Amino acid sequence: MNAVADFLAALGARALRLLRSLGHASLFFWELVRFTPAALRRFDLSVVQIYSIGNLSLVIIITSGAAVGGVLGLQAYYALDRYGAAEQVGLLVALSLLRELGPVLTALLFAGRAGTSLTAEIGLMKAGEQLAAMEMMAVDPRGRVLAPRFVAGIVSVPLLSAIFSAVGVAGAYVIGVKLIGIDSAAFWSQMQDGVDVFKDVGNGMVKTVVFGVATTFVALYTGYESDATPEGVAQATTRTVVISSVAVLVLDFLLTSLMFSTRP
Amino acid sequence: MDKRNLDILVGLFVVMGALAVAFLALKAANLASLSFDSTYRVTARFDNVGGLKIRAPVKSAGVTVGRIASITFDDKNFQGVATLEIDRRYKFPADTSAKILTTGLLGDQYVALEPGADDKDLQPYASIKITQSAVVLENLIGQLLYSKAAEGGKRKEGGK
Repeated sequence: MNAVADFLAALGARALRLLRSLGHASLFFWELVRFTPAALRRFDLSVVQIYSIGNLSLVIIITSGAAVGGVLGLQAYYALDRYGAAEQVGLLVALSLLRELGPVLTALLFAGRAGTSLTAEIGLMKAGEQLAAMEMMAVDPRGRVLAPRFVAGIVSVPLLSAIFSAVGVAGAYVIGVKLIGIDSAAFWSQMQDGVDVFKDVGNGMVKTVVFGVATTFVALYTGYESDATPEGVAQATTRTVVISSVAVLVLDFLLTSLMFSTRP
Repeated sequence: MDKRNLDILVGLFVVMGALAVAFLALKAANLASLSFDSTYRVTARFDNVGGLKIRAPVKSAGVTVGRIASITFDDKNFQGVATLEIDRRYKFPADTSAKILTTGLLGDQYVALEPGADDKDLQPYASIKITQSAVVLENLIGQLLYSKAAEGGKRKEGGK
């Protein structure tokens, strides 16, 4: 009997803890938004962060983009050639990249590379009592440290995603036209006929902004709430990747069902 | 990394991103052919609009001159009413006829405009009088089967 009561008590405590952390996370998000104007005013702080999480992610984004574009081109060709529709490779690759793979893969790579670096940085700042020291000097760490990184994330992810999709299309072009021998004019004209700049490119860009907000917020939150020990920081970086990835994929599903519904 | 270099690199990053978006919009999507020229609307009534979709092209002599803006149902005459947005540069005679054709054999459907011989131009918000509805594949097959059956019957009677 006692075991059942203990179990129920533990379940209740778990649920309450979850609720509390959800509320805490929402308040943290609100703080980030509140200090964004201050970060925009001190834009040089954000520029440093854009360099650190945006520019330095370019290598992984470009190589992954080229690889994904090439792979998509190959697989699309094998699948479409059966039906004599090999010229649609460009269209298939462009739509896949612009609508889904560009935003999602960029966000996942970003969470892995930049998200973990943000989390570790904030966690170590907290462990080394730098944030407390800032508060002692009447410098609000949220405006000085957190908000610039938030702004940098929102700016970087859409840019990185656009670069990813563009490099992916170029990669598919190299594979399809140069290697396999699809007609170049047909490749581009089929793509241009089928891709709508507002519906596909535009919606994709909206997704990237949402993903940028989500991944940066998760990275900053887990770093800020990490235990002030080396193990705590390590756990926080793992949690960043897991939570960001799940959040990105779930948000992608929600956004896709909103944006690409087939209502007449 | 001193501040000036940092700013230049971040600026380059932003320019790269902007170029990527521009490339996607122009080369991969249809921004280049999207004309923001003003258009005028005309309506056309069909007994059957078939698979005509909104944003389907309106062509004349094979050249796209406009798009379908909307397709509604008129429950007084039980006809489908398609609103065509035609580029303002192109004027058509008032007795232009509209046909629903299919690209290829089983492709997307579009509206083809064939000019008439009237001196007066088709006015905005006017209605195209002469229309030809879409070909419905099932009706064609039904007609074929019916004619084959009739042929078979006639031959049997002729043989007697």
